[in-house]
Amino acid sequence: MGQFIARRTGYCLLSLFLLSLTIFFFVRVTGDPAALLVEPGASVADIAAIHHQFGLDRPLWVQYGLFMWSLMHGDLGQSFYYQTPVLELYLSRLPNSLMLAAVAMGFSLLIGIPSGILASVRVGRFWDKAGKLFALLGLSLPSFWVGLVLILVFSVYLRWLPSSGAGTPLHLIMPAFALGWYFAAAHMRLTRSSMLDVLGSEYIKLARLKGLPEALVIAKHAFKNALIPVLTLAGINLVIMVNVAVVVETVFAWPGIGRLLYEGITFRDFPIVQGVVLMGGAMIVIVNLVIDILYAVIDPRIRLER
Amino acid sequence: MSTPADIIVLPSPPPAALRYAIRISEVPAIPTLILVVIVLVAIFANQLAPHNPEIGNLTARFKPPFWQAGGSMKYLLGTDQLGRDVLSRLIFGARVSMVVGIMAVLVAGVVGTALGILSGYLGGWVDQVIMRITDTWLALPALTFAIFLAAIVGPSMWNIVIILGITYWTRYARVIRGEVLSLREREFVRLAIVAGCSKWTIMTRHILPNVINSAIVLGSLMLGVVIITEATLSFLGVGVPPPQPAWGLMLSDGKQGLMVGYWWLTVFPGCCIMLMVLAANLLGDWLRVKLDPQLRQL
Repeated sequence: MGQFIARRTGYCLLSLFLLSLTIFFFVRVTGDPAALLVEPGASVADIAAIHHQFGLDRPLWVQYGLFMWSLMHGDLGQSFYYQTPVLELYLSRLPNSLMLAAVAMGFSLLIGIPSGILASVRVGRFWDKAGKLFALLGLSLPSFWVGLVLILVFSVYLRWLPSSGAGTPLHLIMPAFALGWYFAAAHMRLTRSSMLDVLGSEYIKLARLKGLPEALVIAKHAFKNALIPVLTLAGINLVIMVNVAVVVETVFAWPGIGRLLYEGITFRDFPIVQGVVLMGGAMIVIVNLVIDILYAVIDPRIRLER
Repeated sequence: MSTPADIIVLPSPPPAALRYAIRISEVPAIPTLILVVIVLVAIFANQLAPHNPEIGNLTARFKPPFWQAGGSMKYLLGTDQLGRDVLSRLIFGARVSMVVGIMAVLVAGVVGTALGILSGYLGGWVDQVIMRITDTWLALPALTFAIFLAAIVGPSMWNIVIILGITYWTRYARVIRGEVLSLREREFVRLAIVAGCSKWTIMTRHILPNVINSAIVLGSLMLGVVIITEATLSFLGVGVPPPQPAWGLMLSDGKQGLMVGYWWLTVFPGCCIMLMVLAANLLGDWLRVKLDPQLRQL
């Protein structure tokens, strides 16, 4: 077990290293980073000062070392627009993003799990086909368009919900739905296939042979076991949601991390863009590590895998 | 000594060309029709568009579609905030989506397939290096990574093609490598080694033709993802630069008129994106079942 954790942690560190290298490398090959790091309209002297300050006149590997050094100290740079450290901004927006992602996850599970079960119990029949269509629509509709149409219907015509901003639970409904929609399709598909696996197993046959009513077999015996992979996926998706919410947050002016990224782009505030991408990648790499280890704790067979 | 029971006569398989020939009647009609129409519209945009998509008439701003009060037959689907014809912009937008979609899928496919074959066939440190990079890039949220790259290099249509290509090649590399690992152990590859073929010959002549089906299936499934990503980047202002007509950009413009009820600026481009992605996904699913029986799901 110890060996497994060590190897996985090693891979994780390697991934983090490659992540930082990728971001460092792309910023430097695509032009003078000083042009990105100074505010638009800076003078030649300013650019020279930046060159010196960030050590851009030194060899590449020294520059990378300095970059990593400040990263390890939690220094993601300073935002031009807000004049505060990027990490501070990021952490102040994180709770909003997590709240949005949690509610969106609630929506997606509320829609995805029941429809997935329905589809698995009625394979090839009406509900299964309707579910397939729903999953296809979920994958084909861009979430920002779903958001715009929701605003059009519920804010402009019906005037039921506020179109943008944050503050009340009402503000959460539309962005959470627009964000959760895509994931609902994924959760539905996984619930369906997971339920089908379980329904074909021996212990379900036994439960049926015992004469249990079908509703009890599905609700108590099959559903509980089929839920494990779905909840695992939901855990990973929660982190992914925080990181892909940029368009939905932009549409609804929701003050989360995605909105921060969008502001970084529109104000040409490069440290913000770099910081948000780095944090997002790191978050996903680390969550994957945690899940790998948890899986190994639960299932000893995984530990022995190479 | 052989008894009659040892002799099993297998029905001779149909020739390869027949086995994979796609009968026209089997092709799903509606998605194909949608894609063909979009391709034709993209090709003949100059002939079809009633107005110039980039130059508007400021005296005719925010005209609604023709069936609403205030609309006219001159602007069938209305006009935007600069008085540009929505229909013409949609028509030229098809060209942007098609070019970006197909080119990005090609770039990703060529890079990913090549690296997948190298990684799977050569093994060793080459495999380790390529797969570590693949895993790291797969871990990054594709959209965020694409936004990051687009923010560095600046908006342009060809930049977007390259960015989407380097964002999505990893998906090909993973799948193709897996296939190559099993192909590598097959008889015909071993025989080629014994016959003295060079590694290059084996990879291009013997491995590549056997993985090309999977690459095509993946490509058709990726088309939808790539088109949505392009629209998203344009929507955020890091994709195709204005005044070029791209559907994502039109949605971004339309957002401002949304609260006043100018619905046509939002609904029409969105419907175009949805139709195109839906058609690509349906066709991709069908191709997957057709070309790759192993991927068939029950």
